[in-house]
Amino acid sequence: MTDITPEQAGSGSSHSATELVRKSLARRNRKQRVLQGFGIAAIFFALSMLVILIGSLISTGYPAFTQTHVELEVYVDPDEVNPDNLSRGSYDEMIAVSMGAYFPGVDMTDRTAAREVTQILSSGAQLLLRERVIADPSLIGQTVNIKVPASDNFDQLNKGLVKRDTPERLRRVDDAAIERFDTLNEAGIISTPLNTRLVTNADSRFPELAGLKGAIIGSFWALLTCFVISFPIGIGAAIYLEEFAPKNRLSDIIEININNLAAVPSVVFGLLALAVFLGWFGMPRSAPLVGGITLALMTLPTIIIATRAALKAVPPSIREAALGVGASKQQVVFHHVLPLAMPGILTGTIIGLAQALGETAPLLLIGMNAFITSAPSGPFDSATALPTQIFIWADSPERGFVSRTSAAILVLLTFLISMNAIAIYLRQKFERKW
Amino acid sequence: MNDMRKIERDVKMADTKITARNVNVFYGETHAIKNVDVDIAENTVTAFIGPSGCGKSTFLRCINRMNDTIDICRVTGDIQLDGSDINAASVDPVQLRAKVGMVFQKPNPFPKSIYDNVAYGPRIHGLARTKSDMDEIVERALRRGALWEEVKDRLDQPGTGLSGGQQQRLCIARAVATEPEVLLMDEPCSALDPIATAQIEELIDELRQEYSVVIVTHSMQQAARVSQKTAFFHLGNLVEFNDTSNIFSNPSDPRTESYITGRIG
Repeated sequence: MTDITPEQAGSGSSHSATELVRKSLARRNRKQRVLQGFGIAAIFFALSMLVILIGSLISTGYPAFTQTHVELEVYVDPDEVNPDNLSRGSYDEMIAVSMGAYFPGVDMTDRTAAREVTQILSSGAQLLLRERVIADPSLIGQTVNIKVPASDNFDQLNKGLVKRDTPERLRRVDDAAIERFDTLNEAGIISTPLNTRLVTNADSRFPELAGLKGAIIGSFWALLTCFVISFPIGIGAAIYLEEFAPKNRLSDIIEININNLAAVPSVVFGLLALAVFLGWFGMPRSAPLVGGITLALMTLPTIIIATRAALKAVPPSIREAALGVGASKQQVVFHHVLPLAMPGILTGTIIGLAQALGETAPLLLIGMNAFITSAPSGPFDSATALPTQIFIWADSPERGFVSRTSAAILVLLTFLISMNAIAIYLRQKFERKW
Repeated sequence: MNDMRKIERDVKMADTKITARNVNVFYGETHAIKNVDVDIAENTVTAFIGPSGCGKSTFLRCINRMNDTIDICRVTGDIQLDGSDINAASVDPVQLRAKVGMVFQKPNPFPKSIYDNVAYGPRIHGLARTKSDMDEIVERALRRGALWEEVKDRLDQPGTGLSGGQQQRLCIARAVATEPEVLLMDEPCSALDPIATAQIEELIDELRQEYSVVIVTHSMQQAARVSQKTAFFHLGNLVEFNDTSNIFSNPSDPRTESYITGRIG
């Protein structure tokens, strides 16, 4: 031991530093590798969750993008239609007669038997026929070729979502019904085209007729209102706070509170809207206008924060340059700073609006989750919005709404992703390097 | 002809353009400028030299009230331009800055076209009534900035696409486009290479014919080359202010001597 010590000391004086660095280098490199490993694992985890989410949505939602239809030749019997009032007429009888042609063995005058046959069709079938006749009264006395949606249970059967090998008592369609459906199928009148009703119809009690038109238009009005209110107010507030307000205690408090406001749970804004807009001001229930105002309250802090960040990012040299040639403060802001900050402001605004588009809780509280079967014609009409429509459908017991809920989520996600894509595009396009 | 102008210039040198008396500047608690008295003559290049942080830029920014834009900055004392107080309540800083142009350390053209860069000042002050008036102003300013020949075919291209030296000359053209009487330059060559610096220095000497030029510089050679008067600042004090030739050949204050011989700074 005593032999080694001086040797160690001798080599230590000249080599210990390099030696220590070498040792610690290995440790540091190991740490870095571990950190990188964790990072990759985290990204992988997040991505796989995303894939699972989208995958499950698509796999449950895709059947809703097609809809089983039955193509019928219906004779519009002049005796069954009231020529003075075309909306009155036994359109269901006419359809029953036309269906009866495929089932010679069934007595269509027997109500129960007829019911069993016509239940293959959606309850809305007669309404579709009626619309056709009202639109074109010359069809009376003629045979109309009409494609009507099948009812939900048979739609599910056709798409294989109702399994034929499950015991009959656990199935929603019995063996006889399956047999009848197969008869129609063999007759070649069953088809499964793209379900355009998903976006052209408003909500309905019947899944095969339910669509998102009302929700999309409701969301559009709500977002428009939200934008019209929050964009100018948000930018105005941000410009004042960033460019003109004196930096003192009061402006600090305001800044902190704006940041806090951005973190307030959205349901609180819903309660506020319920109490103030509906309670005090007596604004209409379920109206996109009120929804939009509520969403604007939520979006405001986001826009203010984004705008302030964008204004701050404009280099002081530009402000000095403009001041130097004699621009007033207002001219500096409006001629130079604001235009340069605009891409950032727009990005923040779009992201804020995308958030607002997906917001559910405040809309529930002001009644935008009502069951409304017609699309709103303006911001004052009762309407739902996309997220609340998803909420309603998710709550509905009919099997058909399961896939429609997923489909509606996919529609909402499409809107959100396109909005974010626009934001990214704007940022890339107008980004400046200083 | 040239000689005549030179004589005229020499006569004019006696006229004082800016008189500063007892100027103090505070940044919050910091006393950045202490009792500075300076007279800036017409058609003269006055150089402010001194070590970093000595207050020369701060003082320069008092002359067009750029310090107003800094919340915590407070200026006291009397600065007169042509005999009237620039800090008087009746004087709008906007008006003052149209009269006292400024060129900054880093070339800072607006991210707009070359034309719009120059036209911006005249446009906001309403100096041109028609498009052809404006074209004329822009051309004149770019010629004074010694940039016209280089950019006349691409006036619609962004000013930020020019080289550093060209950008700085564009900034000078922008500053002179509003027909100022005084041109303040805050280390205009510190971000430029020697060739661009030489071009700017040449330009400064030409600009002297029409403006009073005040230039802040770190380079003593530059001060010696371009200026007729030099002020040496140290720790917020104006140590010495004299003809440039005197300052460099025969400084009266030991601190000035130390600085120009490289012992402090």
